[in-house]
Amino acid sequence: METLGYLMDGFAVALTPYNLMFALAGAFLGTLIGCLPGLGPANGVAILIPLAFTLGLPPETAMILLTSVYAGAMYGGRISSILLNIPGDEPAMMTCLDGYPMAQKGRAADALAISAVASFAGGLIGTIGLILLAPILARFALTFGPAEYFALFILAFATLGGITGKNPMKTVIAATIGIMISTVGIDISTGTQRYTFGVLELYEGIDFILAIVGLFAISELLFFLESRIKSGHKKVNVGKVTLTLKELVSTVPTQLRGGVLGFIAGVLPGAGASLGSFISYTLEKQVIGKKGSFGEGDIRGVVAPEAGNNGAASGALVPMLTLGVPGSGTTAVLLAMLISLNITPGPLMFTQNADIVWGVIAALLIGNVLLLLLNIPMIGVFVRLLSIPPAYLLPIVTMVAFVGIYSISHSTFDLYFMVAFGVAGYFMRKLEIPLVPIILGLLLGPEMEKNLGHALILSDGDWSTLWASPLALGLWLVAGLGLVLPVIVGPILRRRMRSAIEEGPVSD
Amino acid sequence: MFIKRTLTFAAAAAFSMTAMAWQPSGKVECLAPADPGGGWDFTCRSVGNVMQTLQLVEGTVQTVNMAGAGGGVAYAHTVSKRNKDDKLLVAASTATTTRLAQKQFPGLDADMVTWVGALGADYGIIAVGKDSRYKDLKELFEASKANPRAVKFAGGSARGGWDHLKVLIAAKAAGLDKLPSIPYLSYNNGGEAMTQVVGGQVDAFTGDISEATGFMESGDLRVLAVLSDERLPGKFSNIPTAKEQGIDAMGPNWRGFYMPKGASDEAKKYWVEAIDTLYASDQWKQVMKSNGLIPFHPDADKFESFVQQQVQDIAELSREIGLMK
Repeated sequence: METLGYLMDGFAVALTPYNLMFALAGAFLGTLIGCLPGLGPANGVAILIPLAFTLGLPPETAMILLTSVYAGAMYGGRISSILLNIPGDEPAMMTCLDGYPMAQKGRAADALAISAVASFAGGLIGTIGLILLAPILARFALTFGPAEYFALFILAFATLGGITGKNPMKTVIAATIGIMISTVGIDISTGTQRYTFGVLELYEGIDFILAIVGLFAISELLFFLESRIKSGHKKVNVGKVTLTLKELVSTVPTQLRGGVLGFIAGVLPGAGASLGSFISYTLEKQVIGKKGSFGEGDIRGVVAPEAGNNGAASGALVPMLTLGVPGSGTTAVLLAMLISLNITPGPLMFTQNADIVWGVIAALLIGNVLLLLLNIPMIGVFVRLLSIPPAYLLPIVTMVAFVGIYSISHSTFDLYFMVAFGVAGYFMRKLEIPLVPIILGLLLGPEMEKNLGHALILSDGDWSTLWASPLALGLWLVAGLGLVLPVIVGPILRRRMRSAIEEGPVSD
Repeated sequence: MFIKRTLTFAAAAAFSMTAMAWQPSGKVECLAPADPGGGWDFTCRSVGNVMQTLQLVEGTVQTVNMAGAGGGVAYAHTVSKRNKDDKLLVAASTATTTRLAQKQFPGLDADMVTWVGALGADYGIIAVGKDSRYKDLKELFEASKANPRAVKFAGGSARGGWDHLKVLIAAKAAGLDKLPSIPYLSYNNGGEAMTQVVGGQVDAFTGDISEATGFMESGDLRVLAVLSDERLPGKFSNIPTAKEQGIDAMGPNWRGFYMPKGASDEAKKYWVEAIDTLYASDQWKQVMKSNGLIPFHPDADKFESFVQQQVQDIAELSREIGLMK
């Protein structure tokens, strides 16, 4: 009941015209970002962070904008999957399987409509799960001491490669680069400067917002420059919706299953939305069996992954908000934003920044309704936007990035730094080093170090304190599993995923 | 050509300004050495507003944020680039004096600027969780005296930062000699540190009274002592001071300003008086009340020496715990 009261307060925050406007703008931009192939949700949120700073938004509005973008990107990914057979982002990969065949059969409009409904159902289920689970987990988090937190961060790093990760070595390299960058600046447990070389600007360490925007947004621009000006995709004719109510109702069980499975996959560290949509799709195939026509344009083959990835999107917010450990790349970016707004995620946030947390959660519910409205009647707009050449979009992105970063600190030093990160990001992407582990290393590295130090101070230097409590021991075990399982199960899963998709998906 | 003309113009403007009886004309700049949203930013914005209401300034007071090195970037900027600026105020607090004392701004000293005045303070506290066995500050430090590692403290500043120093100031006043052995756990902010104390992982919390209000009112945190001269006003009046308990320790985290050393004497005089007027006004009292600031305002001529004294004390303490040589 207490939760309901908080949620009502959250609605009061989210329903102010000002915040509602930004939720709508975020939903729209998010869908657009999602449907443009190559621009994933993590990039999308990273690109819009500077916008929040440029406009000088208050914390709750900034977070509402960014979570709406996040939810929107999950909706948008399906558009290009269905129309072009190119997933707009990684979680939308599975939607290609039945979405594109449906479009080829002339049912593109139906596929888009039903997938919007499925996204809505998944998002709704995920958000309800978030509302129920987050406060409980937040209270539970109070029992976490430094040793437990240290084990939790180990768990986060161990599962980083995730089940879908391609090259574990490159993930390790990326995470290490992130941790190395994070050691620059004052070391709070000794009070000494590390790797600052007397440069005042480095004394407070490297701002991760700057690193994120550089790595994602600026490197995107460089990639674009390299490929020169590409023309937009050719315009696809969508046709009319012929979906019947009966068909819609028949997919309800699929939507529920997909949403719940997706949510669970989202909550688990390191799994994220891609796994959510994959599991939902495979399970659906198992449940329906031979009766379905999966792979040839079965409507449930569109519904399951879409419900799954939207459920996972909300699920991934649970560990981020309650423990400060992000469950996916995009939530890592959102975490960076929270920290730079001077809000510390964790149990305290649910009481001290209740307006922000519950405002964001309420905005997620409202955002899903807005997105459903945007994505069914207005789908034509996005289809048309899909054919805009990137030549018009990227200069805007770059401008916003520069203005935004400058407006945070008014320092040209930071701008140079951001460009340097962009160039580094470009080369790392060329080398296929994933960028998300860098961000996670940057964010979680100092926390891990700090908690290790604290645990040892509390135990007067006794290392066994790290696995002394049952909770810590449990976390270590899960971390061990997280490290070993992908090596065993990963190749099998990946082979299945690949064999399911003929065309190599564009991933990031 | 253009540059030359601008320079001539600027010189002429500067000349005409010093020639008259001094009063700020046009835009006044208040430099907040941190990102928007923090304490220094608040100092600039609220003082700027009240100054405009009281018509202490003719035009507007513009807050400019210049984050970096815990105020070091702004300090270096003021000393090296704005040393003759008459219309520049820079927000400062105990965090500034701490870093100056510990030589964390390379090549910069406390006497390179002019300290204008303080406008209130946030006082240090030492608190424990509600189930803690320590009932007062004396008991807590008795335990520390028997074994310096017995009581572990958590705070929101780095080791050697203000939250850590408050523990050391109090411990020293309580007669402890093994200061470096007292365990201190540093967190990113006071809230995080408090969570650990409330959760029972760490014994005691060191921070400012304003941070602790939430947990204090919910009953999760028991404040053993406030490090002030007298009991604090209002809802804090039932918290005993350390002094009452026989431990003569003070820990005010003041908020105030410094300005460029090279500014004209007229300008310096003007701003010192302006801060006095502002501090006495009802509007400022309202700001203090709604933001949990507690009265703290050394006399105009004493603030400079107060700052120098604080810098010396902190330097001495930092040497004692081996943080600097």
